[in-house]
Amino acid sequence: MRFFVIAALLASTSAHADEIWVTNEKDDTVSVISTDTLEVIATYPTGERPRGVTFSHDYSRLYICASDSDAVQVMDPATGRILHDLPSGEDPEQFVLHPDDRHLYIANEDDAITTVVDVQTRKVVAQIDVGVEPEGMAVSPDGRIAITTSETTNMAHWIDTETQKLFANTLVDSRPRHAEFVRDGAEMWVSSEIGGTITVFDTATQKEKAKIEFEVKGVHPDRVQPVGFEFTTGDEFAFVALGPSNHVAVVNAATYEVEDYILVGRRVWHMAFNADRSRLFTTNGVSGDVTVIDVAKRKALKSIKVGRFPWGAAFRPVPDS
Amino acid sequence: MTRMWLSLIAATAFMAQAAQAASLTVGYLRIDAPMPPTLSNLDPVPEDDGLAGARTGLDDNLTTGKFLGHDYALIEDRVPEGGDAVAAARAMLAETPYLILDAPDDTLLAIADLDAAQGALLFNAASGALALRDDECRATLFHTAPSDAMRTDALAQVFVKKRWTDLVMIAGTHPQDIAYAEAMRRSLKKFGLKLEAEKTWAFDADMRRNAAQEVPLFTQDFGDYDALILADELHDFGRYVLYNTWEPRPVAGSEGLSPVGWSPVIEQWGASQLHSRFGKAHARAMTAKDYAAWAAMRTLGEAVTRTGADDPATLRAYILSDDFELAGFKGRPLTYRAWNGQLRQPVAVVHPRALVAQAPLEGFLHRTNELDTLGLDRPESACGAFE
Repeated sequence: MRFFVIAALLASTSAHADEIWVTNEKDDTVSVISTDTLEVIATYPTGERPRGVTFSHDYSRLYICASDSDAVQVMDPATGRILHDLPSGEDPEQFVLHPDDRHLYIANEDDAITTVVDVQTRKVVAQIDVGVEPEGMAVSPDGRIAITTSETTNMAHWIDTETQKLFANTLVDSRPRHAEFVRDGAEMWVSSEIGGTITVFDTATQKEKAKIEFEVKGVHPDRVQPVGFEFTTGDEFAFVALGPSNHVAVVNAATYEVEDYILVGRRVWHMAFNADRSRLFTTNGVSGDVTVIDVAKRKALKSIKVGRFPWGAAFRPVPDS
Repeated sequence: MTRMWLSLIAATAFMAQAAQAASLTVGYLRIDAPMPPTLSNLDPVPEDDGLAGARTGLDDNLTTGKFLGHDYALIEDRVPEGGDAVAAARAMLAETPYLILDAPDDTLLAIADLDAAQGALLFNAASGALALRDDECRATLFHTAPSDAMRTDALAQVFVKKRWTDLVMIAGTHPQDIAYAEAMRRSLKKFGLKLEAEKTWAFDADMRRNAAQEVPLFTQDFGDYDALILADELHDFGRYVLYNTWEPRPVAGSEGLSPVGWSPVIEQWGASQLHSRFGKAHARAMTAKDYAAWAAMRTLGEAVTRTGADDPATLRAYILSDDFELAGFKGRPLTYRAWNGQLRQPVAVVHPRALVAQAPLEGFLHRTNELDTLGLDRPESACGAFE
């Protein structure tokens, strides 16, 4: 009988023991957090200055932007071993994996270029001139449009993935950092760190549809700096990291109203949800930890110490064994 | 008949301009001033100090401009010591109303007062002189270099935060040293700090041999204090004071813990990207003067990007408006003070190897903008030209 209980517990534990992978920009490591125990269960070395991070669609490969190594590294998440590097152009900061699971669109921050790499042939397919300091990357769900935002040029560059050419360039507020397609690609959101806003574009026309502003009580507006953001199930709410204001905003994605601000660690950058999106994990660069947020209650549950200057975060489900 | 013909040309010219996309030429003018010798030659000033920053700013503007059909160009001139600075400025103003200037204070004013400069947009990218932001301000003259007072206020905030309240100062005798010392005294008073004693550095010994012997004696009669301030803006004697003082105390000001407009040790807020871009292009580190010139160039670029205009009146109005903001790698949007044309900016307090603090420090509050705790706030500035 007792044996049965333990077995059941183990089974239920492993069913929820998914992982959040976090890049530590100034430690040259990735930390692996268990979404069940909320503890770091592994730390693996990477190339220099790891930032952007994402999984292949079957979660068998982890792609890491090792910015100062001028490479995208491919890691086996089962072992933490680096399998090989992909050519990435110089100083890759952030990237997005195309729905075809094959093409990475990489922002080369130092070179004002977006590089497209085929992860199978490990060859550069295209390099596209964009604005100064490209960073935010997004791709539409149908795969037809890729977005690069450029921090100093202050634009969202719209790339036709068929021709690998720009077909529109739209101005946004200062230092655009992150981009996401929403509502099956009908909208495209861009955060502007110094401008302190999120611009919502209508994808069909590339016209500005709305602008979201933030205001954190007791924090000077200059320090309220939207960076990374992610959406809850059904794109109902956006959770927006507000950098050195040390808060995450909850935006109603239908009305564009900010409903809540949640206090997290210092200089919050990026984030990832767990499997059912009930918990959100934010990377806090300056405090060197990850805050776990209860999404329904909109409250911070715990902070987890990781490496120095955690930057990117990616979710990985772990199959029952 | 003639008049009609002329107005026809004017109309055609106007239409041509309206149809054309914005195109901006910026002039960079450097007027060399005599540089007194310094005790050490360890750190030569780069030949293209400032100009290199303008060139990087131009590259940034061009990259952005190509997506909008906006074009930019840079013309450069340098007047040697004793040359005719005003004639050079006049020649440049005949080509463009947008100038970035690295010139002595009196030359800056002479240029700003030229008939040809009225309606122009001039940027002081080098001088920290307070008077230029105060009673000697000019409506055409903007300042991307922080004023001396902005820098010394930043240092004073650090003193307050660290509770280093009893201070002493050694000042050099060059006009820049005297101005810096004056700004420092003003800052200490502003933030309620005490200057217990002051000495003037008037030695002519070669400190590479004698620092260990001279400086302890020179600083012995300061008695006890929290920190020693150096006003040595030409970097003549200051480097020999560190670790040679009679009392083991920190050194701040022109050496040691220094408030600066820009420094290679600033790596947050995306700054490392600007350093790396600059380093690739110019094979050296980016100085505060480079940064000020870059900021001037980017100010113009940002104004053209957002307005689509290239005439000085439109750009000036936009730069001074609430809509303008420049992302300057200092963690906050940079804007211009509407009362004296000074670029509002955080001031880094650094030592040669790391950033120690960035002013305004937390807790220094201001009614409208914490950045205005640095330098001349609206009620303190006697500048009337902008209102």
